Amino acid sequence: MKIIFKLFASLSDLLPPEARGNALELEITSQTTIGEILEAQRIPEESAHLVMVNGIFVAPSERASKTLQEADELAIWPPVAGG
Amino acid sequence: MSWAKRVLRVDLSSGRCKEEPLNMEWAQEYLGQRGLATKYFVEEVDPKVDPLSPDNKLIFTTGPLTGTMASTGGRYSVVTKGPLTGVIACSNSGGYIGAEIKMAGWDMIICEGRAEKPVYLWIQDDKAELRDASHLWGKTTWDTEEIIKNSHQDPQIRVSSIGRAGENGVLYACVVNDLHRAAGRSGVGAVMGSKNLKALAVRGTKGVGNIKDFKTFMQVTKEKKQILADNAVTGQGLPTYGTQVLMNVINEIGALPTRNSQDVQFEGAGKISGEAMHEKRPTDGKANLVTNNACFGCTIACGRISQVDKSHWSVENSPKYWGATGGLEYENAWSLGAANGVDDLEALTVANMICNEDGMDPISFGATIGAVMELYTMGVISKKQLGMDAPFGSAQALVDLAHMTAEGRGFGPEIAQGSARLCEKYGHPELSMTVKKQEFPAYDPRGIQGMGLTYATSNRGACHLRSYTVASEVLGIPVKTDPLETDGKAELVKAFQDATAVFDSSGLCLFTSFAWSVEDVQPQIDAACEGDWTMDKLMTVGERIWNLERQFNLAAGMTAADDDLPKRLKTEAAKSGPAKGLTSGIDKMKPEYYQIRGWDTNGVPTAETLSRLGL
Repeated sequence: MKIIFKLFASLSDLLPPEARGNALELEITSQTTIGEILEAQRIPEESAHLVMVNGIFVAPSERASKTLQEADELAIWPPVAGG
Repeated sequence: MSWAKRVLRVDLSSGRCKEEPLNMEWAQEYLGQRGLATKYFVEEVDPKVDPLSPDNKLIFTTGPLTGTMASTGGRYSVVTKGPLTGVIACSNSGGYIGAEIKMAGWDMIICEGRAEKPVYLWIQDDKAELRDASHLWGKTTWDTEEIIKNSHQDPQIRVSSIGRAGENGVLYACVVNDLHRAAGRSGVGAVMGSKNLKALAVRGTKGVGNIKDFKTFMQVTKEKKQILADNAVTGQGLPTYGTQVLMNVINEIGALPTRNSQDVQFEGAGKISGEAMHEKRPTDGKANLVTNNACFGCTIACGRISQVDKSHWSVENSPKYWGATGGLEYENAWSLGAANGVDDLEALTVANMICNEDGMDPISFGATIGAVMELYTMGVISKKQLGMDAPFGSAQALVDLAHMTAEGRGFGPEIAQGSARLCEKYGHPELSMTVKKQEFPAYDPRGIQGMGLTYATSNRGACHLRSYTVASEVLGIPVKTDPLETDGKAELVKAFQDATAVFDSSGLCLFTSFAWSVEDVQPQIDAACEGDWTMDKLMTVGERIWNLERQFNLAAGMTAADDDLPKRLKTEAAKSGPAKGLTSGIDKMKPEYYQIRGWDTNGVPTAETLSRLGL
């Protein structure tokens, strides 16, 4: 199945050239966990500060077990802040 | 120095400047800057005062750590009664003038009365005098600063001034220092304009001293700077992307107020984001962002310096906008952009420059344009009235209306009243996204519930900088809470409000709180300031300041009914994103908040609460 994989801020440098904007379409299985996606995409664990699926935060403790649905949007930020 | 222990009182009516000793008893109870100046203000000014009358006062104030070697110790605030809101106003700014005031030997400058003709206040260490500013009236803040520096033949003078917006009574006019830093909210610049005070120009050469325990202070400030450097947010995230990195974050979680809060996600967010500011433009091959920038003593450096494309339609015939200058922060990019459906990054940058050069709060200006565009779309305000088409998404209308508002031309004076008064006049008060007549910042209370309570209860009207629960609800600082949940938010908001009052009264920047807690500020204050500054004492100071501001507002005529959100946020559910189907839970959170605050059901502090806080 396909999901949308998004990297922002300094992590966007890790996206391949075929990415459009900050997003890339990824082919995964229904058993693939977020942790496995991060590892496959070579996202350093300490850099995956904000991990969201369809805009909802996924706690670090859930990432090794949480799987995704078709067309889900997985978005990741390093530590950032604003105001 | 920590406290300089000196106040400069400026009687604009008589033209006299005189020195007074700082009330050190109050300093022990209110620390400095926001807290201490508010104490002076409420003691001296009738809460019912007309904000634009000579009886209102305007206080420029530093904190005890302003001008010291503590990281970010360059802050100052402007305290007055706000003409936009009718409640206490306290607008905080960085840059360099705060430290300059302190190095000239002053803790605060209290301006009262009204000058007969335009003047500027010239301070050179102990010497202070009012000088004629007839030649500066009608000038922008950019020109004013340059003219003053040239006339004194000293490029190291620091200047805070109003632009044409402050002169023209724009109710959200701000006071701009160092060209692109601003005491931005609630219309403090309009008060300055009403007093015919064009600028404050300062040269301080007395340096830093009066630190209680300088060896401990040097050691502890060094340790705390290391925490900022090692923290991923303050050491890397903010310097690289600035606050603007939030554009995509807040859009992703469905809390980006869009088109006057009709929507909570903006399809053009990516085009106006911090990431977009780094991308090279196809037109000239350059990025919008030139570099980052730091205020006095800051080791974070979150500021943005931008340069627009010279061939962009908005500036192609205006070379004065071609240089590198203050760029978009998240709030400004949102208020000028998503709030109006505008996704032209260059146009937003130019509109932001106009706000800087003429001294307008871009949050209130941009959000008011959102209301104008909705009224235009409904046919309530016509093309003939505006002198242009102004549908959502029109970058041209945004830029043209910015010029007109600052300069007082055409429909500009109506926009200058802010969205609450404008929407009321045109029969649609429900379209004003305000609390206490001040426009919201960039977080939708349907998608971040704690921010709804933050806006509703903020003592200076809707504001994110009174309790930035986004840190917890979205960013996980210090701990992650659920942005869609209302439970626990009353406690969270109170904790953020009291802690923020401490930061705002210290002379330090609130952005240090992404890495520091009050526990990190406490030893710096304790080493610098006479007295025994424990955590208990500091947190009591924070709560005391909050209740002092509250008492002033109640005396000014505010009631619990003013602690509320616009109907749209309580009745129109979010249309997309994680908050889809949700409205704000303000009606549930507010009574809990009053109880936790020790206030009665009318939002009035109980006698017990006041007694406990020494009020």
